[in-house]
Amino acid sequence: MTAVRARGSLRRRLLLQLLLVAAILSVALYFTVRALAQQAAETTQDNILIASATAISEAARAERGQILVDVPYSALSMLGSIAEERVFYRVTADDLTVTGYDDLPAPDAAIETGNPVFTTTIYRADEVRIAALPRRLTVGDETVILTVLVAQTRLGLAAVSLQISIAAAAAGVGFFLLSGALSWFATNNAMRPLNRLAKSVERRGPQDLSPVETSAPTELVPLLQSLNTFMGRLSASLARTEDFIAEAAHHVRTPLATVRTQSEIAMRSVRKPENKQILREVIRAADESSRSAGQLLDHAMVALRSDNLEKERLNMKDLAQDVIRSISPTADLKDIRISCSGSDTTSAVEGDPILLQNALRNLLDNAVKYSPEDSRIKVEISEAASTVRVDVLDEGRGLGDGDRSHLTERFGRGDNVRDVIGSGLGLTIVDEVVRAHGGSLALTDNPESKGTCASITLPSA
Amino acid sequence: MRVHYTALGLIFCVLLLLAPANGFEAEEERQFEVDNPTATLNILSTADLNIFAPLVEAYQQKYPGVEVRYITASSSELMKALYEENAQFDIAISSAMDLQTKLVNDGYARRHDSAETGTLPDWAKWRDRLFAFTQEPAVLVYSKAAFEGLPQPTNRDELIALLRENPDRFAGRVGTYDIRESGAGYLFATQDSRQSESLWRMAEVMGRLDAQLYCCSSHMIRDVTDGKLALAYNVLGSYAAAHLDDNPDLDVLQFNDFTTVMLRTVLIPNTARDPDLAGQFVDFLVSEENRERIEDLTGLPSIDPGVLQREAAFRPIRLGPGLLVYLDQLKRRTFIRAWLNAMVQP
Repeated sequence: MTAVRARGSLRRRLLLQLLLVAAILSVALYFTVRALAQQAAETTQDNILIASATAISEAARAERGQILVDVPYSALSMLGSIAEERVFYRVTADDLTVTGYDDLPAPDAAIETGNPVFTTTIYRADEVRIAALPRRLTVGDETVILTVLVAQTRLGLAAVSLQISIAAAAAGVGFFLLSGALSWFATNNAMRPLNRLAKSVERRGPQDLSPVETSAPTELVPLLQSLNTFMGRLSASLARTEDFIAEAAHHVRTPLATVRTQSEIAMRSVRKPENKQILREVIRAADESSRSAGQLLDHAMVALRSDNLEKERLNMKDLAQDVIRSISPTADLKDIRISCSGSDTTSAVEGDPILLQNALRNLLDNAVKYSPEDSRIKVEISEAASTVRVDVLDEGRGLGDGDRSHLTERFGRGDNVRDVIGSGLGLTIVDEVVRAHGGSLALTDNPESKGTCASITLPSA
Repeated sequence: MRVHYTALGLIFCVLLLLAPANGFEAEEERQFEVDNPTATLNILSTADLNIFAPLVEAYQQKYPGVEVRYITASSSELMKALYEENAQFDIAISSAMDLQTKLVNDGYARRHDSAETGTLPDWAKWRDRLFAFTQEPAVLVYSKAAFEGLPQPTNRDELIALLRENPDRFAGRVGTYDIRESGAGYLFATQDSRQSESLWRMAEVMGRLDAQLYCCSSHMIRDVTDGKLALAYNVLGSYAAAHLDDNPDLDVLQFNDFTTVMLRTVLIPNTARDPDLAGQFVDFLVSEENRERIEDLTGLPSIDPGVLQREAAFRPIRLGPGLLVYLDQLKRRTFIRAWLNAMVQP
């Protein structure tokens, strides 16, 4: 029946996109933190290496044409203070090794005095970082380039960068989880006005075509406006239809009355029994048509008034007795007695008297119509904690064994009354009236005899 | 003559053939045999056989079936064997912390990490390759008689003052290591120079008193015992302790300004044939439960992680690249020259 199929969810879409953004940012965070931390660790190592090289370089001097290097204890011990790394050093004058590990490779890069050069290479089976610090030294009459090389393995650095990577990954995951949770909250928050609107529309009854009056976010205003315009047009269209039906019924009833009158006159003048029978059929058909037209009118009125109830305080028993009085002539024709029982003082309800009368009349009308001649119809009014109940019990043919659910549908009729003429509008009217008053209609079998028990329950005033 | 040359040539050839097999100069060698040996552990050590034999026997008691070949050499010969000749040993034990450090730093030692090595304090191991198992302070050994009537010095400054004020009593009767010959002496002297400037004043005072220079702690202790020396400076306390009971005149003094503590270290050379067995032996040496026992068996004080809290003056020589500094040839030459200038006065 519903033409709207759910395809994807705004909420999920929003959430997924936010999570995607969070994931991208988390990965970016991971790489940034790792790169920065590694750079920091490398810079720290470079700084210590250059400090060590400087200390050695400053301890170098020339004495009687010989280069003397008094390597300070701290120059190498400072390299061992951070991590337990292997340490190598070499001092060269031009290309000659003065002291240290003479196979420690000097950087290929052109050496300018004063500027340290860093290289990373494999030396004695481990990756080492080498700092080379050149300076000029005057030995005797000539000037040589004295280069101090200090190297340190990077095993600790590898361990540190692994630690940093793990920490960065943890930070990334933490960031993702946090932003995931925040995304969830944000999504819910953003969807709240939409949900509220959907709920308020959902809460409206199927009959409620009044404009939706609520505040909504800017993005939803056009939708709401369209909805209201549409509902306005729909309700106007509905009203026009009801008007048309009422008008049509009215226009049909008048010629029908004429047909009936003319038929009665004609009946007096015909003699043949078969002609009389034909005329009787005509009269009966005219009556039924007139009644149906009346019900159509009633239904249109009910539909109109239900939207805008004119409520007042009513005594249900008085109301019932009025209806019984108005229907008695019809009942008398079939020798049907209608009795009314129940409390008369407190059975008060808030309601529209015309609609409720109409509903009761339809119930009784049905009861009379389906009751055999010389039977009884009982109207019982009772009260419960917060409800007033009216039961109409007849001794008719009952509801039959068929499906009862469509009895209150418009133009729906019981399976066992095909031989009796009826519009199928009666119970529809009752149902609509009762619903408009916040009550309910129930059809059950008469517990006392074989007939039907039609009950309406209304909230008491 | 011709025959002579041939004979010499033959001898030379034999020497050449032998040289690569055992190029370094070993001092003692002993095979600790067992019945039905399942494995052999080759130990190259600077520690005397008579000190270490009980320890090896205790090890064999715990791990029966392990045959031990124990070879002693000087610390420089040990270095030569491992650094230059790639001699195959499972364990290298030495008191020359600087050379051991160089072996580790230059990549000649194998990594070993176990629960037992984990019980060592940080100052007693380096890079999970070098492990200390004894802590031996450098002390002053002196004759009580020689100091009679003088206040007992408690730090180096007081000793220097005492020596300065009593040249007659101490002339020719002070002894210390000849740092040109002794690795331990050089190590102690360089660490002294690192700690304070008093080393140079001490050297100068001792030089003026015509200090006697020695190769080893045991000779200094012998001469103090004999009365040839009044005092010996920077002697391994662990060696002196053994003589105290027999010689009531002998005493040992730990200075309270600072006491250099030498660590005897063990490492597993890269060339080890059976590294797992070597690891087991290292664990035996350093494990907490064996420490007291090792002290009883060898007379060498074993590692005490809490010693730094109790002995404020204790300065264990720090393992690490700092020790490489004094192995630098230029540095060594400069240092020894300065020391000789002070110590040997014309």
